[in-house]
Amino acid sequence: MIGIEHYIIVSSILFVLGVLGIFANRKNIIVILMSIELILLSVNLNLVAFSAFLGDLVGQVFAMFVLTVAAGEAAIGLAILVIYFRGRGTIAVDSVDRLKG
Amino acid sequence: MIQTIAFYLFAVLMIASAVMVVTARNPVHSVLWLILAFFNAAGLMVLVGAEFIAMLLVIVYVGAVAVLFLFVVMMLDIDFAELRAGFIRNAPLGLVIALILLAELVLGIGAYRAGTIDLGIATGENAVVLGASNTASIGAVLYSDYLFLFEAAGLILLVAMVGAIVLTHRPPKTVRGHQNIGKQVRRDPNAATVMKRPTVGEGVEL
Repeated sequence: MIGIEHYIIVSSILFVLGVLGIFANRKNIIVILMSIELILLSVNLNLVAFSAFLGDLVGQVFAMFVLTVAAGEAAIGLAILVIYFRGRGTIAVDSVDRLKG
Repeated sequence: MIQTIAFYLFAVLMIASAVMVVTARNPVHSVLWLILAFFNAAGLMVLVGAEFIAMLLVIVYVGAVAVLFLFVVMMLDIDFAELRAGFIRNAPLGLVIALILLAELVLGIGAYRAGTIDLGIATGENAVVLGASNTASIGAVLYSDYLFLFEAAGLILLVAMVGAIVLTHRPPKTVRGHQNIGKQVRRDPNAATVMKRPTVGEGVEL
């Protein structure tokens, strides 16, 4: 029988993979943004699993809000990426500290 | 039994595609693996009876966010080989940190399973309504107790949309250039035109 521990372990592995993706692809902002999406997905999975196993719907409602914030974050992040690429012709993270205003 | 098989299928596929997202050479492939990971996560959510969130995940992530990623990856002309240069160098540090984090998480789960942590019990206040579908139950909770948060979420999306448009919008450049009325009015006819009355046999010196 599948218990809540199975879900927690799966979402923990997913979370750790997201963190690994941020560290391993330090230059590529697009993959870093995708890793952040993986981390948010693992959080959502955790919220939904606890919500289902405890029989309380608030977790699923909160997962929806996490989804909203994730969508907004992806849109803004990619917009910043596009204007950054227009100005510099590269998306290497190294020179992002020169981003002003 | 079939539930157990489905759980392991979805879980293994999801983790495998997450590994591919992180390690794929081409970011376009990364986005496609991300889509597969989202589909499998939606399957895992359906297994515990959260159909609404699962379908929302498919619609919002696969339908909007992943397509946005695909657009950006394909629109920008990026030398991905150069960006990938540090992968081998950075991977060991990332692996060490990931393993430490995973060990901590497993330790936490072990402590939870050993029963030493009291997480409290569900109050049952927002329990699933008997006989109602998952979607109807979520609607009953969302549009009553969490109405303000729901409106705030809509506001966040609006601000994100306006922000993305303001950041990326460039005013259109017309082909002929813009009319500068001030320059036109300031122009002096006496300085711009010369009246000449040339005599026969001579040219005009301007």
